[in-house]
Amino acid sequence: MTNFTRRTVIQGGTALAAAGALTGPALFEWARAWAQAAPWKPEKDAKLSMLRWKYFVQSEDEAFVKLIEAFTKATGIPVDISRESYEDVQPKASVAANTGTGPDLFWGLYSLPHLFPQKCVDVSDVADYLGKKYGGWVDSAVKYGKEGNKWISVPICYSGALMNYRIKSMNAAGFQKFPTTTDEFLEYAKATKKNNTPGGMALGHASGDANTWVHWCLWTHNGQVVDKDDKVILNSPETAKALEYAKQLYENMIPGVVSWNDASNNKAFLANEIHWTNNGISIYVAAKKDPTKKEIAEDMNHAYFPIGPAGKPTELHLMYPILAMTYTKYPQACKALIAFMLEAQNFNPWIESAQGYLTHCLNAYDANPVWTADPKTTPYRDVAKRTLTAGGLGSVGEKAATAIADFVVVDMFANYCSGREDVKGAIKIAERQLSRIYRA
Amino acid sequence: MAEAALGTRTKRETYPHVTAWDRLKVNREWLAWWFMLPAGAFLVLFLAYPLGLGVWLSFTDTRIGRSGVFIGLENYEWLWDDSVFWISVFNTLLYTGVASAVKFAVGLYLALLLNENLPFKAIIRSVVLIPFIVPTVLSAIAFWWLFDSQFSIISWSLRKLHLISTNIDFLGDPWTARWSVIFANIWRGVPFIAITLLAGLQTVSPSLYEAATIDGASTWQRFRFITYPLLTPIIAVVMTFSVLFTFTDFQLIWVLTRGGPVNATHLMATLSYQRAILGGHLGEGAAIATAMIPFLLAAILISWFGLQRRKWQQGESND
Repeated sequence: MTNFTRRTVIQGGTALAAAGALTGPALFEWARAWAQAAPWKPEKDAKLSMLRWKYFVQSEDEAFVKLIEAFTKATGIPVDISRESYEDVQPKASVAANTGTGPDLFWGLYSLPHLFPQKCVDVSDVADYLGKKYGGWVDSAVKYGKEGNKWISVPICYSGALMNYRIKSMNAAGFQKFPTTTDEFLEYAKATKKNNTPGGMALGHASGDANTWVHWCLWTHNGQVVDKDDKVILNSPETAKALEYAKQLYENMIPGVVSWNDASNNKAFLANEIHWTNNGISIYVAAKKDPTKKEIAEDMNHAYFPIGPAGKPTELHLMYPILAMTYTKYPQACKALIAFMLEAQNFNPWIESAQGYLTHCLNAYDANPVWTADPKTTPYRDVAKRTLTAGGLGSVGEKAATAIADFVVVDMFANYCSGREDVKGAIKIAERQLSRIYRA
Repeated sequence: MAEAALGTRTKRETYPHVTAWDRLKVNREWLAWWFMLPAGAFLVLFLAYPLGLGVWLSFTDTRIGRSGVFIGLENYEWLWDDSVFWISVFNTLLYTGVASAVKFAVGLYLALLLNENLPFKAIIRSVVLIPFIVPTVLSAIAFWWLFDSQFSIISWSLRKLHLISTNIDFLGDPWTARWSVIFANIWRGVPFIAITLLAGLQTVSPSLYEAATIDGASTWQRFRFITYPLLTPIIAVVMTFSVLFTFTDFQLIWVLTRGGPVNATHLMATLSYQRAILGGHLGEGAAIATAMIPFLLAAILISWFGLQRRKWQQGESND
């Protein structure tokens, strides 16, 4: 049996992968030692409740429950977990922040802590502790986690959305590897369309898929919704260029993407109807699991979004931060739990169980075997480093969240691509909505 | 003791003092109000208060989790210039108008048909109810597959029959999307009207038809001068409900299109939800919801006046 002393626990960060395999009694031993050594001493008789987003993959939730059980055993703190669809965590947390009662911890979408920063427990000590121990936070996570100089939430993970493509049809279109620039990408789209192996990306009200690709398209052409002071600067030649580009892409996609929701591209890809799209890793995981789709799993791969005039990655991925409410009676217990979740011994098996759906925000976890065991998952390792934050240059708070939830940018692209509006008209409608959302 | 009691009595009034409250407690005219109080409180608490709160919210800039301040008509001014809002008003009226009219026509036809002596009448009647029994979300998902841009069985069949060469983009083109969601709504709503009208038809005394037949009335005349007038009260009620349900429809649109493509199928209800709950602008969402009230009120008033006037019900001229 491994004997964990305080010293080995603190050194644990260096032995990432090895420690990832802890189970059963060993995990419990480690957890108890950790609880004794941790700088946060939970309050007497502490009890915690947490509202988290509902899992995409069952195995992730099972691993999470195991992690929480280990925490409870080690510290004696019972933790009550409830789950809500990820879009519904925000309204509940807002009401809780307003009324001062509810779960102690909320784990939701990127903008959550910025809706009520003064109601979030200052977790700078936890973030600093973890950052130092695990190779530092990625830039986007810092922007999401901090308000001013203090951390109001701890970024746990991203769910990434990247290009999914079929290898053979790409080769047939004359490409040995997936296009890395927007110009190449357009050529690729045209060639695949000509070969009758088109792709498609959602332009309907698909909260995830449509928002991720239109924001990438806008940003990579140097278009921006707002500047760094949240002034609306959408109406620009760059935005017009992004729209023109998107329309050319759209014309080379499979017909019907204007009506697509988040599930449509998964269905079409798995039915051999489309050969490229933007998505999380879910298509690949589904194809691997289903024996009849084995061929698709073998013939597909993932790639970063191509890069346009901006000259750097401009992707949009969803971040899931966790925060503790100031009304909690047990702030130390909350902090201990958050730190516990992100310790290598817990975090590694958990992120592995998510099979690539979720990506870490701490650099040291790049070493997790989930990213190298299957090279096709590797691109998702880097989404936290490649993503911009919601709202682009602007703030990451509720204004950015509202603009995304109201599909302002998606509708602008759909309006122009489907030919309902010209460039000016499409931009004008979006600009008008944005100026209201971003008004002082 | 007795003297003391007597003394106090003379000091005060001869009879115990009766307050207005005491009178109210036993007043027979007020008794009715007392009995109505629980029901009234119930209505105020669960109907009037939420409605009033909704209207109040529409005059504020409330967001989810944060109370707002009074901003007067700002939300309405904003909506007045909002093209998406006007699209949703247009869609709602189109959706309600077309769907209700077709549902009524088909429902009435079905009811008349089911009222005839058919073999397996009971089974056919229960089968007709199926679309109404299936939870809306389930039937909406079924339609979502039927209308899918890649996997639609309709497109597939037509393609196999060589009638079309490419898939029909049911939910991708604004107008086909509108007709598609209206069709789904009709499919769902017909049974309710058919069965209710059938119940009405069965209350019509057969002797009236017999008398008319003896007098040589044609089938059309029997329908026009017996069935239709006697059915009018039920029609008024059922169409009021139908219009209200259609006007406030939400689930079907939300599952099928979420208001897309490019807001072409947003109804006022779905737009209100998107802006208020997903977008967080409770005030603006409440303003959209409040803007539905005049339309709903109009629908209710029409049927209310209809139900008030017996002559109108009987198919004669208004008095």
